[in-house]
Amino acid sequence: MESESNKILNAFTQSEYKYGFITDIETDMAPEGLNEDIIRFISEKKQEPAFLLEFRLKSYRYWLTMKEPKWANIHYPKIDFQDIIYYAAPGKKKIPGSLDEVDPELLDTFNKLGISLNEQKKLTGVAVDAVMDSVSVKTTFSETLLKLGIIFCSFSEAVKNHPDLIKQYMGTVVPYTDNYFATLNSAVFTDGSFCYIPKGVRCPVELSTYFRINAANTGQFERTLIIAEEGAYVSYMEGCTAPQRDTNQLHAAIVEIIALKDAEVKYATVQNWYPGNKKGEGGIYNFVTKRGICKGNNSRISWTQVETGSAITWKYPSCILLGDNSVGEFYSVAVANNFQQADTGTKMQHLGKNTRSTIISKGISGGNGNNSYRGLVRIAKNAVNSRNYSQCDSLLLGNKCGAHTFPYIQVENKSSIVEHEATTSKISEDQLFYCQQRGIDMESAIGLIVNGYAKEVLNKLPMEFAMEAQKLLSVSLEGSVG
Amino acid sequence: MLLSIKNLHASINGKEILKGIDLEVNYGEVHAIMGPNGTGKSTLAAVIAGRDLFEVTEGEVKYKDKDLLKVPVEERAREGIFLGFQYPVEIPGVSITNFLRTALNELRKYRGLDPMSAVEFLKLMEEKKKLVEIQSNLTNRSVNEGFSGGEKKKNEIFQMAMLDPVLAILDETDSGLDIDALRIVAKGVNHLRRKDNAFLIITHYQRLLEYIIPDYVHVLFEGKIVKSGGKELAIELEEKGYDWLKNT
Ligand SMILES: Nc1ncnc2c1ncn2[C@@H]1O[C@H](COP(=O)(O)OP(=O)(O)O)[C@@H](O)[C@H]1O
Ligand SMILES: [Mg+2]
Repeated sequence: MESESNKILNAFTQSEYKYGFITDIETDMAPEGLNEDIIRFISEKKQEPAFLLEFRLKSYRYWLTMKEPKWANIHYPKIDFQDIIYYAAPGKKKIPGSLDEVDPELLDTFNKLGISLNEQKKLTGVAVDAVMDSVSVKTTFSETLLKLGIIFCSFSEAVKNHPDLIKQYMGTVVPYTDNYFATLNSAVFTDGSFCYIPKGVRCPVELSTYFRINAANTGQFERTLIIAEEGAYVSYMEGCTAPQRDTNQLHAAIVEIIALKDAEVKYATVQNWYPGNKKGEGGIYNFVTKRGICKGNNSRISWTQVETGSAITWKYPSCILLGDNSVGEFYSVAVANNFQQADTGTKMQHLGKNTRSTIISKGISGGNGNNSYRGLVRIAKNAVNSRNYSQCDSLLLGNKCGAHTFPYIQVENKSSIVEHEATTSKISEDQLFYCQQRGIDMESAIGLIVNGYAKEVLNKLPMEFAMEAQKLLSVSLEGSVG
Repeated sequence: MLLSIKNLHASINGKEILKGIDLEVNYGEVHAIMGPNGTGKSTLAAVIAGRDLFEVTEGEVKYKDKDLLKVPVEERAREGIFLGFQYPVEIPGVSITNFLRTALNELRKYRGLDPMSAVEFLKLMEEKKKLVEIQSNLTNRSVNEGFSGGEKKKNEIFQMAMLDPVLAILDETDSGLDIDALRIVAKGVNHLRRKDNAFLIITHYQRLLEYIIPDYVHVLFEGKIVKSGGKELAIELEEKGYDWLKNT
């Protein structure tokens, strides 16, 4: 069996990253490095109001006093923050009003990624805000959405057109002092998405953003802000692919979600940034701070993520359950193959009464991959009658990979209940043989079994994302069984 | 000749299990293989299906006049070899529907056919479900997960009916079945029995052979076929017990 396993392992690990192409368009860039002048440059380029520049500078000055965190179960060479370009915009500066005005190369890139910006998307009910490097290129359906009072645009546009909302909410869930990478983001963020659903409105389409890292050595510092007013509902999807690079690229995003009374926000991500080659070289460093607050009573936030990419993922989408009866959910599939390292999980902070949270985490490790789940469930003294259910499963594909679970549980009252379950399993030879005996080859069999294992989470994704995620899982798991 | 096995020896971890098997199966024939537990029946089935856990140390296996031993497992399946497992394995989260659709489309691809449309596929499933009398919601459940013993065996027959193999090997599909289930399994086999396919039915008891009338019966004992004959051999064996073999 060993030789067969090795053969498969080799075949899988040698499969190249399928989205590894680079778009050749002129780029308007800031010089390398980080200092107050660079921050002023970014702010000026983006014609930002004074309060934002101040926010950036305040963050930068605070960042200078901070140390890079060392506590996650991941290892990577030291990042030289002076060796990064903090701003790059596609050459054509004007924001286009129609597809005709969009750089054909850029369109081609989107086509290669399978993103269609044209009317076809309307049929599938998806509005796309495509972010390429730092400037939002094209937003569809904003007009339709605007009629409902929904604002869905790039962060920069929101800064220009809705500065009051930005001022009111930005940094309220993830304060600029939050952590090393969040503080850095607060200083140098370039663009991202903004979404506002007014009182009582249910957003009729899935809102979707595709991110893509393009210009070489460009740090990506997106910032996304989602606000659901009283009784509002939105389902938001983010998807990412990055072209192949030799040098590691830093990615440090912030996502903030605010759900007011009776509001519901569903946030889904499928992330398949370049994970590095089979020797563990290159790939994206992904250090993200995602947090939502269920501010009003009966509000609800759910995070669903499928993480197949990046060399290093450090990510804990979290919920602050402040309102009474509010609900936080976290559904995650994280893959670590080849030399990928993933340290992900969630934090559920129960502050309101009768708050509930659910955590379903499915880790998959193959090759030399290392997958860690790190979760905090804290039920505060006043959060009486609260409940948490956590289930953390690990699937190992091979003998050189690892899975680790670090659950931290703090319950500060007696009426609340926390349940935690954890399992570790392997794909068995019997399962593979059974599939193969039915005519399904080893690769497809692994894809099938892994998708079955992750089904509980995949089912939480919007339909068209679920299909993409299934394909991605099979592709990125061209992993290892032994 | 569909299947021709000559002097087949196979071992696991250096321990020889099959010690020189000779067997010939023609199109249109049903062969039964009987024998006591631990004698190598499942091993023979696994070697034909291509399980590399077992090492073939000697002999040859020809299928459709070609050397079968070098052919990968999935290709044997695509060439029409089906194994109904003695102990079907669970695949959590993968529905029977999804599993079979994947399998069927792999077979079709191999034969140069387009994937079957969802509608066509569902129709075919309905038809075959009736044949093996399985509950219509069973196919939404994960493959074998939480199935009763009978459900697992019926599921094997259902899959066989869906994939319509050329050589079907049923490994103790009758074990642990009540008489109704046994009748259903037999009905499935008899329904599929044609001039252009063949069955190798492994069983511990004579009982199944009352419902599926075999053309030949072979007795496997300690890694060798020690006796072959017509259907009456099964009855003789049942009457005299396996101890009788030790004296032959
Ligand atoms: N995976 C295995 N590892 C070690 N020995 C095995 C394995 N599978 C079968 N055997 C041995 O091979 C012999 C034949 O087994 P098997 O083919 O299952 O017999 P039968 O199906 O006739 O009951 C038995 O002695 C059994 O213990
Ligand atoms: Mg057996």
